[in-house]
Amino acid sequence: MPEPTGEEIAGLIRPGRVHRRVYADPAIFEIEMARIFGRAWIYVGHESQVKAAGDFVRTRIGRRPMVMVRHEDGSIRVIHNQCAHRGAMVVAKDSGNAKRFECCYHGWTYGTDGRLVHVPLKHGYPAHFDPDDPGTAMVAAPRVTSYRGFVFASLVADGPPLTDFLGCMTTSFDDMVDRAPDDEIEAAGGVFKHAYDGNWKLYLENLCDAAHPIFVHRSSIDAARAQDDTAHTTGAGEIAVRQMRQNGAPHEFWREQVGIWTYPGGHAFLGDYHDDEKLVAASGDPAFAEYVAALEAKKGAEETRRIMEVTRWNSNVWPNLSFMSQFRQLRVVHPVAVDRTEVHTYAFRLKGAPARMFEDTVAFANVTNGTGSPVLTDDLETYGRIGAGVTSEGAEWIEIGRGYETDRPDGKGGVEGVDSTSEVYIRNMYEAWLGFMAAP
Amino acid sequence: MTGLAPPEIESFLIAEARLLDERRWEDWLALFAEDGWYWVPLEEGQANPRDTVSLIYDDRRLLETRIRRLAEAALHAQTPVSRTSRIVANPTVEEEDGGEITVRAKFEMIESRQDNRRVFAGTTWHRLVRGGEDGFRIRWKRVDLVDCDAVHDGISVPF
Repeated sequence: MPEPTGEEIAGLIRPGRVHRRVYADPAIFEIEMARIFGRAWIYVGHESQVKAAGDFVRTRIGRRPMVMVRHEDGSIRVIHNQCAHRGAMVVAKDSGNAKRFECCYHGWTYGTDGRLVHVPLKHGYPAHFDPDDPGTAMVAAPRVTSYRGFVFASLVADGPPLTDFLGCMTTSFDDMVDRAPDDEIEAAGGVFKHAYDGNWKLYLENLCDAAHPIFVHRSSIDAARAQDDTAHTTGAGEIAVRQMRQNGAPHEFWREQVGIWTYPGGHAFLGDYHDDEKLVAASGDPAFAEYVAALEAKKGAEETRRIMEVTRWNSNVWPNLSFMSQFRQLRVVHPVAVDRTEVHTYAFRLKGAPARMFEDTVAFANVTNGTGSPVLTDDLETYGRIGAGVTSEGAEWIEIGRGYETDRPDGKGGVEGVDSTSEVYIRNMYEAWLGFMAAP
Repeated sequence: MTGLAPPEIESFLIAEARLLDERRWEDWLALFAEDGWYWVPLEEGQANPRDTVSLIYDDRRLLETRIRRLAEAALHAQTPVSRTSRIVANPTVEEEDGGEITVRAKFEMIESRQDNRRVFAGTTWHRLVRGGEDGFRIRWKRVDLVDCDAVHDGISVPF
């Protein structure tokens, strides 16, 4: 089957609807891997994962195995995890520290910038063999930039700078880091890796969806509501039960009070829906009081008040990153196939905050991102059902029109939903999608 | 000193596995002490459930909610339900003091749901105290999966 033309791809997106092929067609998926993941700024990790020279973590850009590494000059490099000799994957551990990367097959050895530094048995090669050629290397991503510790890479040399690409979403990253008394955060506490049999786009499409919790999460909402609060808790279960109850906020609340804002480039954030005093203000919690005092000591009362008044739930950075600045969680979506997706999730520690606070962050991670979470498992089931459903070839168009007639400019270059359950953030992602996909 | 677990402990583990296979969730919950907890770590040798995330870390309160959810009508992740088959084996007593016993055992569980079959395997650790209808109550249970840190689809059924 010939590759769809730009015109055919453009025909898959209509006002308020998209063709089911965008979730089901392997040919579309291949083009996404080349034109979106092969070109856009893609989140690859956080600087705290590679603190010292030689520190590395394995990461991905689309399906490509990559290595993010701190080079000896202090810069962060993102290099393809492939030996230039016979193609073997060089780095087999998820993380570690290395001065050099040596291939297991014939000992070709690379520096932490990916350059080939040693070729054993180097005799009889043709004249064109050049170990100094940057293409005969663990080839480096041409652009790597961070914003306040969050590292992005792009596989093309030309394109908008990262801050242009992020646009208004820099404010969500700011919010995450500003919350640290020492103005620094670090990824900590392990990495969940969960997967589902569905398309990669479904994940971000769910994370700003204010209409789904009372349907998808009905079972955990009802189970949590019936929970006897005198039952023993270490503190961890209390966080989880409170969070499950919050998902059961009334429909009017979800529609009228949450807020959904979208920005050019496919990005969006959903306002917060929490009113639980333990989860957001934690006013009665000694560790939280200690935290606020530490923040005030470092940043002053006024700045602390400003920080506490920022209330965002998920911030989606298209195409594959979503994070919760207020709750110190981050998720990275890795496409595997048109109908298979992996998601890696991270928790963050606020430098200068009391240690106890991170325990709550971990408990919150378990209930929102945990592979065995009574909440997340119902989301994963839903993605799997969409993955199966769209192969049925029934309704040709997927409806993403809720709020279409009432969305309005937000005065900051974006569009907001008047109804917080507006699917404006999905329509906005498809605008960005089309920008990348229709360009050959 | 590690030794083979006595028959009454092996019987207890077999009975517990049967409750889980038969989806008698409330009966399983009743095996736990009032301040009991259930833990499936994310990392090999994970020392602490509070500073590192876990596949499951349920104190009594959360375990009660988890079990109650498994009986909810709108439980999408278990529609249809999983059927499981467990083998427990190699039980040894690792520690015994003050009437409490730490038991180590191996398990394998096959989970079948729709057309998918998954195999889970690993080591279980039970901290048991004598008492209750079944001879023991569980103060805590830890399940170390051999692939704890691997990619998994959603996990809805406790091990």
